[in-house]
Order: sequence, then structure tokens, then C-alpha cells
Amino acid sequence: MTPTPEATRPLRILIAKPGLDGHDRGAKVIARALRDAGMEVIYTGLRQTPEMIAAAALQEDVDAVGLSILSGAHNTLLPRVVELLRQNGMGDVPVFAGGIIPDEDVPGLKAAGIAAIFGPGTPLSEIVAFIREHTPSRHPIANRDS
Amino acid sequence: MTSDTRPPRLTKRDLARLITGIENGDLNALRTLHEWYGHAGGAHIIGVTGAPGSGKSTLIAALTRLARSRGQTVAIVSVDPSSPFTGGAILGDRIRMRELFEDDGVFIRSMANRGALGGIARSTADIVTALDAAGYDLVFIETVGAGQAEVEVAHVAETVIVVEAPGLGDDVQAIKAGILEIADILVVNKADREGAERAVSTLQAALELAVPSAGAAGHHGYGALHRVESPAMAPPDWRIPILKTIATEGDGVAAVLDAIARHRQYLEQGAGARRRAQRLEHEVTLRLRDLLLKRAMQQIGPTRYHTLIEACVARKLHPQEAAQELLNALVRDDGHAPAE
Repeated sequence: MTPTPEATRPLRILIAKPGLDGHDRGAKVIARALRDAGMEVIYTGLRQTPEMIAAAALQEDVDAVGLSILSGAHNTLLPRVVELLRQNGMGDVPVFAGGIIPDEDVPGLKAAGIAAIFGPGTPLSEIVAFIREHTPSRHPIANRDS
Repeated sequence: MTSDTRPPRLTKRDLARLITGIENGDLNALRTLHEWYGHAGGAHIIGVTGAPGSGKSTLIAALTRLARSRGQTVAIVSVDPSSPFTGGAILGDRIRMRELFEDDGVFIRSMANRGALGGIARSTADIVTALDAAGYDLVFIETVGAGQAEVEVAHVAETVIVVEAPGLGDDVQAIKAGILEIADILVVNKADREGAERAVSTLQAALELAVPSAGAAGHHGYGALHRVESPAMAPPDWRIPILKTIATEGDGVAAVLDAIARHRQYLEQGAGARRRAQRLEHEVTLRLRDLLLKRAMQQIGPTRYHTLIEACVARKLHPQEAAQELLNALVRDDGHAPAE
């Protein structure tokens, strides 16, 4: 039967790689897992500046932003993305991060507004569950299991 | 940049949210869109289609850079396929447009086709209207990597560019009906690769085959809903150019942008009005079909519907008989005699 409009409302997630490292295997694994969970993933490729990421998030009107970073520059780049999203009126959009981020940097990043940090080996289902949990206000129906 | 001519108070954020609403069938967004419809019509809407890997995204990025340097604002709608299994999608066309992200006169929106066949999504036409009404000079629609039957973009775009690349298909592919017949402009991208000349001459030969007589247009075998006026069969006042590009280097891109502008002039001389009327007829028909189906489904109800589906599964009914029975039931409910 023709689905009702409410039934076809996938979450839109931006997956981006800030900084200069050239490895996006992790980002692609996440993108694929989110796709398999029924989400629409906008993937923007390597070497994105925070400004590029915020501009893409704005035009794509995403429900969450995932940042994968291995370069070590997370303490400057990740808070900058959060800051730019806020400037764009997207302060309610959760930002999560993955990659190589030392434990001692986690409290500072969380204080700067990063909603979650997923280290290597995090089960993909945990990331999917996190996104579903933290985006209900924008798309109530997208939480249903399909 | 100051050449941005969106209506006042409409920020990119507002536009982005409106597009989300349109895509999700939100009634408020659709109401706004209907109010805006009268403001649309100023943009030149350009469809770009072709096989996966032919270089559609790169070509659009190069065309956009050039159009920006000529003072035009540009919106891009890029469609990628949804997974038929999960409904999810990976939308990756932005990878090749990175240098455009921060340009204030450019708006890029990725969308999944959400199961629609034909190379674009159901809501693509409405999203293009929103971008048009927002004041962008050029609106590019990048289709799903298309093969031979994804011709729906011809119902939305005024100018259709079909992108080919050397080595992607043999001569027979080029002659097949469908995607080649909707081209207003043919581009052989990756022209530095071996086989580019052969691709051009193959296309040339295919065009000559396609042109025989305008009278053939009525006997396509498509239903009314799928009929597109083929540029190849139009009167010969528009000659479909075959242009070579190396989009990654920007080579040949100016000639494509010039051809786009020339095609618009051609449309403005009369051909455009006819095509627009045909496009709108198609759109109204499609929307009527959707509304009728929706209302019929409500009236039939799920129980009766599924009973008939099960009869088909058990091969007691042919799908056509099931559909006819549902229609008869509808008409009986209305108190009229069943139609045959």
C-alpha cells in the first residue's frame, strides 16, 4: 500500500571528516551502518574545514552531525564545528565524534558541546541507538523501528 | 556575495527547513510552496543525467564555478538511490563539490530517491520549485546514476544534459531508446581518455538514427504518463550539440554553459511554452493519480485490500482482476453502477 507521509521520514545525518588526515575507512563504516539502520547519510569526503561542515549541515538540514577525526586536532576543530552550528541556529543538532581521541580530552570536548564520543571498537548499534535517542524532538516518527 | 536574490528574510536555514518539510510531505511546507508557486519560473532548470561514474557531479561543480564567475547564483539538487531494503541512503555527491560549500550564492541539497523510479525523487520537482522561487538563477538536478529508462528528469528540467564517458558502454548502448532521447545537450566527459573520439562519433551516429521523422513521436509505446517530447524528434531548429569536456580540469565547460544559455534562448522563442505545458500536464496527471489512489485506498480499507492480495498470492486472481474488483467495489460504494 502507498505509505503515509509519516511513514517515510528517515533521519538525515551528516558524516564529515575535519582536519588533514587522509583515512576515511572509519567514516565510511559509520555511514554504511547508519544507512543500514534506515538513515539518509550525507557524506562529504576528506579534509573538511569546520566552516565547510557547518555550511553543509545548514543546507542539508541534518538531524545530527558525526565527525571522524584521526589527526589529533580534535580539541580545536570539534568545538569550532559546534560553535558554528550554534551561530547558524542549529544548536539543537547533536554532534558526535569518533576516531582517535585520548580519554583525557573527552571531558573538555563534552563541555564544549560534543554530545558523545565513540572510540575505536564501539559497537555500531550503540551509535545508531544514540542517534535515535537524541533526535526525537525534530522528527518524532523517525524513532520507530522499521 | 551580493548577487544572491532570495526574497528578503528567507535565509538558507529557512530554505533548508522548507525543503525538509516538502520532502516529508509536511502540510505547512506544502502550503508555503503553493503560495510561492507564482514567484517561481525565473530560474533555468537544468537536468544532468548519465551513467554512474560519467562525472555528473564534477561537471555540475565546474559549471557552477563558471556560472558564479559570470555573476549567476546556483542551486544544486543531487539525487542518490535509497536502499530498497532499509530505506537508508548514502548521499555522496557533495564530495565533488567541496569548494562550493561556503559560497553564499550556491545552495546544495542532497536527496535520496526514496524508492521512486525514474532517476529522481517524488518531491524533486517541488524542491526545485522552492529553489526557483527563492531566486536562484540556475537550478541543476543531478539524477541517480542512470541507464536507459531514467527519463523522469525530462519532466522537471527545461534543459537536459546527458553525460557519457568513454568506455562505459558500447555502440549498442548509445542507440537504445530512453535516456539519449531526452538529451538537449550531449557531453562526452573524461575526453582525455582513450575512446573519446569514438564515443563522440557513436553518439553522432545515434543522433542521426534518432532524427528520422517527427511523426514517429506519437508511437513510442509509452503511456501518456511517460511520454516525453524528444528533442531528437523536435523540429530541427535545435541541433543537439555533442561537447567534449574534462570536468576535473574545467576543459570544455565554458562551451557547455554557453550551450545551456543558447538552449534557454531557443526555448524562449516558443518551444519552451509547448514543453512547459506538456510538463505541467504530466505533473497534474501524476498528482491526480496519487490523490485518486490515496482516496481509493482509504475507501477500500486494508481488510478488503489484503484479502484480494492474498487471492493473488494463491493465484486465484490475476492482479488485473484484483484491481478491477477493487475499482468495482469503489464504484458500488458510491452507489453507482460498476464501470467496465
